[in-house]
Amino acid sequence: MREIDVKKITETVADLCIKASYDLPQDVLDALNEALARETSPDGREIIRELLKNAEIAKKEKLPICQDTGYAVVFIEIGQDVHLAGGDIHEAINEGVSLGYKDLRKSIVNDPLLRKNTNDNTPASVHLDIVPGDKIKIAVLPKGGGGENASAMAMILPTASKDDIIKYVVDHAVKAAPKACAPGIVGVGIGGTFDTVGLLAKKALVRQVNRRNSNHDIAELEKDILKRINASGAGPMGLGGLTTALAVHIETAPCHIASLPVAVNMQCHAHRYKEAVI
Amino acid sequence: MDPKKLNMPLEGKDIAGLKAGDRVLLSGIMYTARDAAHLRGIPFDPKGQVIFYAGPTPGKNGRLIGSIGPTTASRMDPFMNELLGKGLAASIGKGPRSTEVKKLHKKHKAVYFVATGGAAALLARTVKKAEVFEYGDLGPEAVLKLDVFDFPAIVAYDIHGGDAFEKINN
Repeated sequence: MREIDVKKITETVADLCIKASYDLPQDVLDALNEALARETSPDGREIIRELLKNAEIAKKEKLPICQDTGYAVVFIEIGQDVHLAGGDIHEAINEGVSLGYKDLRKSIVNDPLLRKNTNDNTPASVHLDIVPGDKIKIAVLPKGGGGENASAMAMILPTASKDDIIKYVVDHAVKAAPKACAPGIVGVGIGGTFDTVGLLAKKALVRQVNRRNSNHDIAELEKDILKRINASGAGPMGLGGLTTALAVHIETAPCHIASLPVAVNMQCHAHRYKEAVI
Repeated sequence: MDPKKLNMPLEGKDIAGLKAGDRVLLSGIMYTARDAAHLRGIPFDPKGQVIFYAGPTPGKNGRLIGSIGPTTASRMDPFMNELLGKGLAASIGKGPRSTEVKKLHKKHKAVYFVATGGAAALLARTVKKAEVFEYGDLGPEAVLKLDVFDFPAIVAYDIHGGDAFEKINN
């Protein structure tokens, strides 16, 4: 049994929130550079150049990449041999978000109807898993409102063909592109239940950009959908071009004989994601 | 083609010469307003003015704002009939708007600009001065008066019905 003080979780979450806000991961930068090399639309090229320049300024000046510093989505995996001491883990995570967002935009309201800003960007959206081992892995994905609003899910027929699934995802991703700050990452969940399919789509985002699903058929489906989305010509910010998405990531799960849930979680080009292991 | 340089507030002749897809560099005064400020009521005479749909991050080292960029414009569609009717010259956001709002731009001879979403550290460099104009209690949704220089944008809707998003019919 390894004892870890929850204060360590607070410090780590705060640090990850801050770093994520200004330091665009290298895999996203690589994908944007590759997109620039391929892009032929003058507006599309200009937009991608702006994004690369923006990332450079943000990192140098420690300024947020995007003004929407997001809902703090926190994935936390706790080893079953860890004993957490010193307080409540949920309070520790939110304390970390509150500290981390001191100089970032506070974008969370306390109640969907009353809509009063909580003024410290809490609470976080926490996904907690217990896994083997004696470590804690924490990942922070600050999720902007534009991409979330442009996301969708459907309970389609279990007799639907693969083409039907492809059409649903492609149509949605193309239509959502301008509002979801294309070119970004299209996270897709297929299967599971009404409650889990959205989480599958979100978890699909937290993978290195363009690292394929380990299942060959799903990996091929990812490539096929990406090709079709980019063939639409919607382009960066929806203003035309070859780059409407940088990547399509799919996660799947078993599902009921009567069901075929599909979810599309749109992620903008400002794909901010940081993780750490304690 | 080189971007067109325009000064805000905008005049009718400036707006008339713009076509969907044109690149522009905007200088002068614009006001930020997003969902909550629209709901409460735009606190200035919109005639000839430009609204930037944006909520910045807090500033550091004595600056009022940090990063700033456009949010999705279509969320403010329900307020456009009134604002364009009162003479609002332009708005700046991201993404397409409803067909009805697009037509209102033609009717009232106003334009809708889009700026690059998520390029907020870069766009912040164009802001020379920022002050809270009204609704400071709304925090990131307060109405700010910004003095900008060479703020880059693209004409999405012009006064002739032109639409830079026509590739993906919304």
